[in-house]
Amino acid sequence: MKTIFEKSQTGKCALSIAACDVPEYRLEEGILRQEDARLPEVSEIDVVRHYTALSKRAYGVDDGFYPLGSCTMKYNPKLNEEVAALPGFTGIHPLQCPRTVQGALEVMYRLSEKLAEITGMDQVTLQPAAGAHGEYTSLQLIRAYHLDRGDTQRNKIIVPDSAHGTNPASASMAGYSIINIPSGPDGCVDLEALKAAVGKDTAALMLTNPNTVGIFEKGITQIAKIVHEAGGLLYYDGANLNAIMGTIRPGDMGYDVVHLNLHKTFSTPHGGGGPGSGPVGCKKALAKYLPGPIVVKTQEGYALSESSEKSIGRVKTFYGNFLVALRALAYIEVLGKEGIKQAAQLAVLNANYMMARLKGKFPTHSSKICMHEFVVSCEEIKKEIGVSALDFAKTMIDRNMHPPTIYFPLIVHEALMFEPTETESKATLDWACDTVLELLEEAYRDPEAFKKHPCSMPIGRPDEVTAARKPVIIFGRDSD
Amino acid sequence: MSTYTPHTASEIREMLDVVGVKNLESLYQGLEGIFARDMNLPAGKSQQEVARYFEKLAAANNVFGSIFLGAGAYQHYIPPVVKSILSRSEFITAYTPYQAEMSQGILQAIFEFQSMIAELTGMQVSNASLYDGSTALADGILMLSEKKKNKVLLSEGINPRSLEVVRTYLAPLGFEIELIALENGKTSLADLEKKLSDDVFAVGLAQPNFYGVIEDAATIGEAAKAAGVGYIMQVEPFACALLKTPFECGADVAVGEGQPLGMPLSFGGPYLGFIGAREKLTRRMQGRIVGKTHDSEGRDAYVLTLQAREQHIRREKAGSSICSNQALCALTATVYMASAGKEGMKEVARQSLSKAHYLAAQMTAIDGFELKYSSEFFNEFVVVSSAPADLIRNKCTEKNILPGLKLSDHEMLWCATEVNSKEDIDQLISVLKEVRP
Repeated sequence: MKTIFEKSQTGKCALSIAACDVPEYRLEEGILRQEDARLPEVSEIDVVRHYTALSKRAYGVDDGFYPLGSCTMKYNPKLNEEVAALPGFTGIHPLQCPRTVQGALEVMYRLSEKLAEITGMDQVTLQPAAGAHGEYTSLQLIRAYHLDRGDTQRNKIIVPDSAHGTNPASASMAGYSIINIPSGPDGCVDLEALKAAVGKDTAALMLTNPNTVGIFEKGITQIAKIVHEAGGLLYYDGANLNAIMGTIRPGDMGYDVVHLNLHKTFSTPHGGGGPGSGPVGCKKALAKYLPGPIVVKTQEGYALSESSEKSIGRVKTFYGNFLVALRALAYIEVLGKEGIKQAAQLAVLNANYMMARLKGKFPTHSSKICMHEFVVSCEEIKKEIGVSALDFAKTMIDRNMHPPTIYFPLIVHEALMFEPTETESKATLDWACDTVLELLEEAYRDPEAFKKHPCSMPIGRPDEVTAARKPVIIFGRDSD
Repeated sequence: MSTYTPHTASEIREMLDVVGVKNLESLYQGLEGIFARDMNLPAGKSQQEVARYFEKLAAANNVFGSIFLGAGAYQHYIPPVVKSILSRSEFITAYTPYQAEMSQGILQAIFEFQSMIAELTGMQVSNASLYDGSTALADGILMLSEKKKNKVLLSEGINPRSLEVVRTYLAPLGFEIELIALENGKTSLADLEKKLSDDVFAVGLAQPNFYGVIEDAATIGEAAKAAGVGYIMQVEPFACALLKTPFECGADVAVGEGQPLGMPLSFGGPYLGFIGAREKLTRRMQGRIVGKTHDSEGRDAYVLTLQAREQHIRREKAGSSICSNQALCALTATVYMASAGKEGMKEVARQSLSKAHYLAAQMTAIDGFELKYSSEFFNEFVVVSSAPADLIRNKCTEKNILPGLKLSDHEMLWCATEVNSKEDIDQLISVLKEVRP
């Protein structure tokens, strides 16, 4: 499809603003740009048709089943969108006097309070913009905590090899070096490896629970003990909280710091890659290092308290992705105590139901009960007939199903990671399982044809090698 | 029970049987020891009740009739086209476009965004977005870092909140930040030259700066180049449509806050960090990048590319952990810039400039109100008043006007954009005339 630049015709414009009603002010020529920015010149209907056409070449949760493991692609309630569009929220400036934004401050206060309760933490900041940003903020808190106690030797973060890639990357951004420890085949922490890795230089262990294979770390209290006895802290990657919210709290498991993904667990939309929101919660001992300001309740109403002297400092210009936080609060208000718990239970039920139906056909990595997601491997199938996890994914696209996460976690070869979420019905899961099993038969029937998918999309498999070797990332700058 | 889960009781029963457990709690068998005590959370409510609750909260906020406050967040007119396109759920409810074949629309839109940012800044490459204008500045500085050099010189004219974010990002990595003083509101060349030393790897400023002043960005760029250090500019997007581009000023990296491009004020977020850079820095750029390629039949195809830079491949060796960014905000900016186009962007910039100058002229015609700096400005400026800033703020608030930002007891930072009509400005002036110290 042509780009918007190729639809440009000199003289067209789709912005309609009032004529300037004050004297025109001119800047001296010398400071002006020599050439205008070559932005497209298109009419209003051109803009509408172009981006509507692009939207039809996209696929969201509203379009169909989206079992993208680790991403918690649950339904994004329409109520959230409605309340986030209220002019009373969209029209307020972040630097307005607090007494003129009491409603917004209440949103932040109530959400922080509820997230603290759900995670078992004492204090929460809503400032981080996304999950990885929350990880990064958490690691800075951990760093500040150790340094403030004069514990300057703790320069290492322990990360299991089953962890999300963001974990080691965030730790490295915070100035840490990384110790990778091996996991068992079920992705669980190898306690002996952990014991061997901890020491006087341990700042923290980063651990998601349930882990990335979808298994609950049963040894969590023991893990917490090992890390704490070595003087380190335990950090919770909240990517997988959807499995346990309402039933088990990171704080009770022994975690000291958590980040959450409101765009996973708390139903705010992913937007094709953000904006998300990555609140961080921590135990009392770390609260003074949080980035400020924090909303506090006073006798005169809600107020913004400046950060403490020991704060790590801001991680974002204002208070975070406020409208995302607001959506998450709307979700929590609708679900309430029982609803939150049941959402997690049904997420786990849906994953186990799918796993039970696929078991025996695909080797799974979760022998017993899994949590909100499960991983199957195409390794054997690939050896036998040459069909890979990627081929399965691409063929699902032709069946109007978003593929599961592929090739993750890294410890499972040819992995397909399914996370159906609680918002899918039994009928959808049955259809999805039937489809996947049909595809398996199809693969064995004609492996060569199987590798040619997708064929119902605007494009077939793209040439990614050329894309990376000769990058064309700006329109009109193709070198060839 | 919420309407967000579609299961019937009998379906739950059937599914539990297939799984082989007796009830939902049994899914957590063996974990009872760490079950949470009774959580202190309210019961669920109907959507109708929650909608009413949020309407009440929204009503507890004061949306001002006219706004003269900027300082990092700006009110501009948002064409209805932007809201309409951005309400399409294919965009809203999609994940990061990992599966290119079913995400061509999102990938192409990001490619268009990157291209528009490159055009606006004059830079050669760009990415899919960063968290906001402050984190973009921090990321941009890190892109310029060099081994064995640990200092960056940053203008005092950069938004203090951005400076704080940069400090947060740089501190654990052992980098030092030294500030370059201002002279009549502009980054001082003399002070810069005095502070340039062998351990400096980059120089940075904001254009226009936090105080609205238009910097001699090309002169500072020349000094940076002469010293052989990197140069980063934090730019305002509309100013870019008029002023010498960062590329023309010799910048290696241009970053900025994209909120003015179609995003409402929204109490500070979600906003949009954008970045442009010279081609040689492509592989040091953080975040997602979309590239154009083709499929086996030769059709144009867009993909996430240069992923070997990123966390999911390089893990601790990645320069950044960014995963989710601000994609929907980037789409907002794309649709806004497509709507405004070449002429619209300049028109908004010229009107903002003209209205800010009209406002400044009217305000300083009042006794006891003076411009702090005589340097040229864009859409913001600092006024020193004999009347206390708090008094001005109270008087304006009474009249449903949101005044500029208080910088000190007698100094305020004022802003105007195309949204502020002459009538609104004149009304503000009449209020200010009545403020007696």
